[in-house]
Amino acid sequence: MQLHRAHVLVCAGTNCHLKGSTTIRQLLVEEIKRQNLDLEVRVVETGCFGLCEQGPVVVVYPEGAFYSRVTPENIPVIVSEHLMKGRVVESLLYKAGDAPKAVTTYDQNDFFRKQKRVVLRNCGLINPESIEEYIARGGYEALGKALTTMTPETVIEAVKASGLRGRGGAGFPTGLKWGFTLKAQGDQKYVICNADEGEPGTFKDRLILEGDPHGILEGMAIAGYATGATKGYVYVRGEYKLSIARLQKAIDQAKQLGLLGENIFGTDFGFDVEIVSGAGAYVCGEETALIESIEGDRGEPRYKPPYPANHGLFGKPTTVNNVETLANIAPIVQNGADWFRAIGTEKSPGTKVYTLTGNVVNTGLIEVPMGISLREVIYEVGGGIPNGREFKMAQTGGTSGGCLAEQHLDVPMDYDSLQEHGSALGSGALLIMDDSHCIVDITKNFLSFFNHESCGQCTPCREGTTQLYRLVDKIASGEATAADIELIHRLSRTMQSSSLCALGQTAPVPVLSTLRYFADEYASHMQGVCPTNICVIAEK
Amino acid sequence: MTACVCTDKQDREERVKAIINNHAGDSSALLKVLHAIQDLDSVNYLAEQELVWVAEGLNVPLSKVYGVATFYSLYSVAPRGRHVIRICENAPCHVVGASDIIRTLQELLGVKLGETSADGRFTLELTSCLGVCGVAPAMMIGDDVHGNLTPDKLNSILAEYR
Repeated sequence: MQLHRAHVLVCAGTNCHLKGSTTIRQLLVEEIKRQNLDLEVRVVETGCFGLCEQGPVVVVYPEGAFYSRVTPENIPVIVSEHLMKGRVVESLLYKAGDAPKAVTTYDQNDFFRKQKRVVLRNCGLINPESIEEYIARGGYEALGKALTTMTPETVIEAVKASGLRGRGGAGFPTGLKWGFTLKAQGDQKYVICNADEGEPGTFKDRLILEGDPHGILEGMAIAGYATGATKGYVYVRGEYKLSIARLQKAIDQAKQLGLLGENIFGTDFGFDVEIVSGAGAYVCGEETALIESIEGDRGEPRYKPPYPANHGLFGKPTTVNNVETLANIAPIVQNGADWFRAIGTEKSPGTKVYTLTGNVVNTGLIEVPMGISLREVIYEVGGGIPNGREFKMAQTGGTSGGCLAEQHLDVPMDYDSLQEHGSALGSGALLIMDDSHCIVDITKNFLSFFNHESCGQCTPCREGTTQLYRLVDKIASGEATAADIELIHRLSRTMQSSSLCALGQTAPVPVLSTLRYFADEYASHMQGVCPTNICVIAEK
Repeated sequence: MTACVCTDKQDREERVKAIINNHAGDSSALLKVLHAIQDLDSVNYLAEQELVWVAEGLNVPLSKVYGVATFYSLYSVAPRGRHVIRICENAPCHVVGASDIIRTLQELLGVKLGETSADGRFTLELTSCLGVCGVAPAMMIGDDVHGNLTPDKLNSILAEYR
């Protein structure tokens, strides 16, 4: 094996790719060759580092020098100064906000200091298209440990003891879910990885799949062993072309090395994984709608019970887990439940991956312990609100999550605390808005999303999402009365109690939470004034 | 970017039927088959006759094939332009100016949302979140994602597809 004295890591996640990282990588390779360094320096394409705002990102090891917003003109300088002469190019390093000095290394950076990387342990460190690099970082050891030293029951016990809760939104205890499938009777069982990430503002699953696809396959194989399933499906959004390509490559490599397929690690256990591409329907993120879609039907949710654990894909016992949940499995099996419980809070152990979007300096992907406050996320990891504006509102958990105001900045972010305040951890999307935005206008935007995405199967959701949108639109145009607010509350109760699936049940959450915390702004619209002058108020 | 390959009708029929035959009788392959047919030759839609062949080949009722083809937003049963532009207007794109992008695209192409430009090159559609909110506002043209959009960048992006 060829040894290299320096490694140049170029982010090839979708966000950096869109900022031109492919050209940067190509120019680096050419320039390194031109300066005759190609035997000593290796260029590696990695998954997302998380700091998408600063892309394209290039990190040079062994120093860990973190170059951000790299342009083609920077390449000859980085190669001749840093790689040839060993002098880090200070002027091109990432510099946080108004910090006086650029940070030299990756881990000195404020953005990374508060983070704890379990799910993203390999993202930005390894080449996601190389199974060897995944194995070199301890990959597939947990699967080996489970298959050769543990029974399905002890694997489930370990996951239960860790307190891991589903990271797709609902927060159901993962070990418990696996236990149901193990107990269910069936000649064939399945594991499904839900990668139908559609919650607006969420892109964690995309970047996990692009950055560390083997982590998901290993988690699925362990889930298969624990529940008695021999076949797995990854249902990925049709729009996620790069995720699908990387995952397929990972599956092929794992099969070649005998880490998927028959007799894994020389045991009797066999497990195969197939990718199914979605076709554009938000509702398919709901587990039974997703199952319908894999079966070749319209993605319309089923009545529950029976739950998928007993009657799932093709009527067989099925476990459905989110991408991020599965990425936690190998570390838990490897390091034990106590290790996992030491991170996060008592009722929500572990870390959470968030995607920061909207009016925040560092938009991107972060992983922090559960229980950290919104203030720390926005102002320390996220670098604060840009353009000298003030924080106004944060929506947690995506469009189906709730909206929080300034008084909530110190609420710990975990499943139960957010729920107490009428919001949700949900998918981990964090949309930050500054004081230039109108609450009524943005709520109208949320409702137009549900109006578009309701599958139309059940009446409370199909009609309710349309009527909610119309009512808020009426407020935005200054034509609403107090009776309309009362109607919003009544309609919301009906939708929450009688919609068939979580789409209709959660669609009223954004309007209810903004009515609760920004009542003044609604009142102002009803008197004919939009405080930010965004809504077009009808002439009276 | 694949240019339009204007093969004759008979040739397309053969290739569509070949896709269907690969999954003969397998109703769970319906989505996969529809994806494959729609992606042939940048035609970007599913013709009525093709849906009939799919129904016969996979042994599912035509009503179900039509139901599936019209349920999912990536399929279309009406002709579309050579390049489908999917523009996002969900909250993370909205707060950083997606409405300006949509307005400018409509002006540049001379179409409303859901319509195809007069030269048959572009169809403009709204999409739900594309999961690239780190570089919002964003859109997809065919399989390519474009991010950090500003109204003045649009002309040169569209020019790549002319």
